Amino acid sequence: MKILVTMKRVADPDNANKVKISGDGTQVTSEGLEWKPNPFDEYGVEAAMRILEDGVGSGKLRGEVVVVTIGPEEVTQQIRQCLAMGADRGILVSGDDTKLDAMIVARTMAKIVEKEQPDVVIMGKQAVDGDSNQASQMLAEILGWPQATFAGHVEVPEDLSSATVTREVDGGAAKVKVAFPAVLSVDLRIVTPTGVTNNVATGKDYQEGPRYASLRGIMKAKKKPIDKLTLDDLGVDQTLQVRTVSFTQPAARSAGVILETVQELVQKLQDEAKVL
Amino acid sequence: MGNVLIIAQIQDGEVKKATNSTVTFASEVASHLGGAYSILALGDDLSGQSEALAALGAQKVFLAQADGLDNALAERWAPIIEKVVVDGGFQVVVSPASSTGKDVLPRLAARLGAGMASEVVQVAFNDGKLNYTRPMYAGNVNGTVVIDTPLEIITIRPTEFEAFSSTGASPVEKIDVPQAPEVLGKIEFLGFEKAESTRPDLAEAGVVVSGGRGLKSGENFKLIEDLADLLGGAVGATRAAVDAGYIHNDFQVGQTGKIVAPDLYFAVGLSGALQHVAGMKSSKVIVAINKDEEAPIFQVSDYGVVADLFKALPELVEEIKKVAK
Repeated sequence: MKILVTMKRVADPDNANKVKISGDGTQVTSEGLEWKPNPFDEYGVEAAMRILEDGVGSGKLRGEVVVVTIGPEEVTQQIRQCLAMGADRGILVSGDDTKLDAMIVARTMAKIVEKEQPDVVIMGKQAVDGDSNQASQMLAEILGWPQATFAGHVEVPEDLSSATVTREVDGGAAKVKVAFPAVLSVDLRIVTPTGVTNNVATGKDYQEGPRYASLRGIMKAKKKPIDKLTLDDLGVDQTLQVRTVSFTQPAARSAGVILETVQELVQKLQDEAKVL
Repeated sequence: MGNVLIIAQIQDGEVKKATNSTVTFASEVASHLGGAYSILALGDDLSGQSEALAALGAQKVFLAQADGLDNALAERWAPIIEKVVVDGGFQVVVSPASSTGKDVLPRLAARLGAGMASEVVQVAFNDGKLNYTRPMYAGNVNGTVVIDTPLEIITIRPTEFEAFSSTGASPVEKIDVPQAPEVLGKIEFLGFEKAESTRPDLAEAGVVVSGGRGLKSGENFKLIEDLADLLGGAVGATRAAVDAGYIHNDFQVGQTGKIVAPDLYFAVGLSGALQHVAGMKSSKVIVAINKDEEAPIFQVSDYGVVADLFKALPELVEEIKKVAK
């Protein structure tokens, strides 16, 4: 059993309000902000670990977890972070984020899938910088595989042949069963203590959120292999279909007034804002 | 001349208001392109929605009806939409950025080799190209994108477009639904678990009352519900409150949850994390109640009250009842 997990590095999402736009409006810069694995992709690594682990948090996998990214050489650092969580190896496809769109990403992943022949691809539901939420669905279509997007809970049988996925959708939850190979995109709730059930690791719940790397994990990660490839090596069509031609700062809301009492608030809402 | 195809959003047998907002977008795009817009709805049986769809001023309403279409599987929907797009020679396909729209349209885009822009909030026409504005970085940056493929696929953020209303009667055509594709044999729909709520839909409500971790428990959300019910509003929550298990995740407002823009938004016991603000900052009037005067939520609120929510909320309910009399 092999699971491919995609990972994009993003500027620290907790400080997303500190990204800057270049003077000519053609670039977003995140100088001074730390690069981190996209949170949803980190959840993807955690989900892959939980699907394959033979015991809760054992770190012993019934298969292989491969982390794939597209980016500059420095992304090896974020790949190592994922390897320190317990993934087995990494693949770095060199590429420049400004020359990519979701379709190029999906085409690249399709080539990697062709090469690696995984049983499952797990992707974060969206990268929190571009906020597009497209690549996993596109990849599934290119591969002709079923897709289970926005997964909040995944259950796999002992033989790892399929997944029953609870999808977080408008108005409730939709449950689907996908036969592998399949593409899953994961949502926040996948990393709750009971987000993944694999019917082997039982008896206790997982921690809340993705696991922290142990010191031992960090040491081991240094020796894990990272394959390096280029988009040309893979023969990916790099024609951009979607171009972001300019960036602007959205109009900021200005802080209003602080009121002393609830009575005052109600009076303002009624007389000034006229919303009551 | 370019025509626009709208994918209708139907939920619980009802044409959602998000569809009307999409019509406003489509009508603007069609006028730029010198074309018209049509609507496609997919479902098991759309006889109950046909009239409402025909009243949206479309050149044509297409109905795709077959068993299982209510389940909205992307694998099933994409080839059907493809057929309508190809047969009708549409240039732009648009759907609300609902969970279905987000799930299905990228699959359709890959199928048709078309470029796609998600969660568009504004459209303009420059030098013969449609320019789409969309929020990025949790709403901290707006990007303007152009799509270079002949077919353009879009999801829009319904809160950013007025809901279209009309009383026309468009011609309705029932289309021949293509056979299910092979990949459908690899996915089985097992069921839908509805998040029960007697309150209005979060995405459509005129008033939203949201609670954060400051509520301290699921039981305490009763205080939020009391205010929401008094104002006929919806209940929302922060990611922290959902993660803490106080409330179901369907109520999460934020960058990766629901995007809301009501006339009146109450942010109670929540600090105002960036990802939460991204989901509510288009609200017309924002009220914040928090005991921490340093909370960032006060930076985006119109009216702030620095107070203990457990005291302030019941007081607020009483006070509103008084003025309502």
